[in-house]
Amino acid sequence: MAQFNYVAPSSVDEAISALASAPTARVLAGGTDLIVQMKAGRVRPATVVDVKRVPGAVGIQKAADGGYVIGAATSGAVLGEHATLPRDWPGVVEAANLIGSTQVQGRASLGGNLCNASPAADSVPGLIAARAVCVIVGPAGRREAPVETIQVSPGRTSLQPGEFVLEFRLPPRPKRASDAYLRLIPRTEMDIAVVGAGVSLALGDDGKIAEAHVSLGAVAPTSLLVGPAGAALVGGKLDEASLAALDAAARAACNPIDDKRGTIDYRTKIAGVLARRVATIAYARAEAR
Amino acid sequence: MKLHVSTTVNGDAAEFLTDPGTTLLDALRDELGLTGSKEGCGSGDCGACSVIVDGRLVCSCLMLAAEAEGKRIETIEGLARHGELHPIQQKFLEHAALQCGFCTPGLIVASKALLDANPDPTEEEARYWLAGNLCRCTGYDKVIRAVLDAAAELRQERRVA
Repeated sequence: MAQFNYVAPSSVDEAISALASAPTARVLAGGTDLIVQMKAGRVRPATVVDVKRVPGAVGIQKAADGGYVIGAATSGAVLGEHATLPRDWPGVVEAANLIGSTQVQGRASLGGNLCNASPAADSVPGLIAARAVCVIVGPAGRREAPVETIQVSPGRTSLQPGEFVLEFRLPPRPKRASDAYLRLIPRTEMDIAVVGAGVSLALGDDGKIAEAHVSLGAVAPTSLLVGPAGAALVGGKLDEASLAALDAAARAACNPIDDKRGTIDYRTKIAGVLARRVATIAYARAEAR
Repeated sequence: MKLHVSTTVNGDAAEFLTDPGTTLLDALRDELGLTGSKEGCGSGDCGACSVIVDGRLVCSCLMLAAEAEGKRIETIEGLARHGELHPIQQKFLEHAALQCGFCTPGLIVASKALLDANPDPTEEEARYWLAGNLCRCTGYDKVIRAVLDAAAELRQERRVA
């Protein structure tokens, strides 16, 4: 690896000044993308800012409103072992836990997965469907932004110089609400999504879907929040007509590339198929709660 | 810029100086002389460099040595005690769960992390847990048999103790 300065600040302010000190400075969370890219010479930061000692960056807290605050550098393994998070947000956790191997799960984080800005990032559609919000800190102070506003194109984010994602906030989870995530890969483990789909929904007292959010990965330059796909589910009980409308809305949102993982036609078709399957899983989980 | 790092390696305090760009794997091998952990791919795909940091299985090739400050590290060298092989090592021998041996330290460390977390894994759980450890010799079947046999022996040892 090329030479760089390593700092491990123990406060938000120190981390912000270290990040702002060099235009090429990079945040180090789990390193499972950054260190690979640095070894390959694809990124050459002058400074690497290890944020894992910043208060709040690692750990899971229950928020006062009943939601969760998740440190952006918390590893996937820690998310999966939490006492209540996998029950309340199974889709978010299963998406994060699909990334890489057991070894990668020991380090890889939601913040890193989001800010690496791969269109195929598994945890991002899970977070978007969950309507998660990023808590961003930087030279101008603290701000919040929905997860779907962070990725702007492959490898690029909307974060300003000196800013980093400190935490994710997940909203409170009512009863009879759940989520799910599925990805298609040609094997069972250790692969990158050809298509990923996340669905989060809540049922009303009448058993009909009162709220639904659908997000797709690997079918566009960024992970997508597909408003019409969520709208297609609201007011129904997942009958074939609403599933067909979901399928069509998911396909209509796709703008994928042709590559070795899948063609445009294949990815587009699979986006609809996965959206149906994920909605069915999320619905069954919501009914069971 | 040289950084001073204080860690615990296999139960003993260990200190070393490192460049920021040195991985934990390179520090273990080149600074501390612990050459059991191997570099296969260097990108987190093969698991040959697996070590346990603060109880968590990680690829030491994807961790900076500087990040190890204050951490507790377990490597393959820490498994055998007083010249006696750990049951997982013994079972790898008995089941011939290796041929060239390059992936073996990583597989054994990953298996130890599995059995620390889950003393009675199913075959499927063991196969998923070890999916990040690549072996081009064995076809994995003997590895899985060795791990499940070691798990049974460790459970037996615990009952006797």
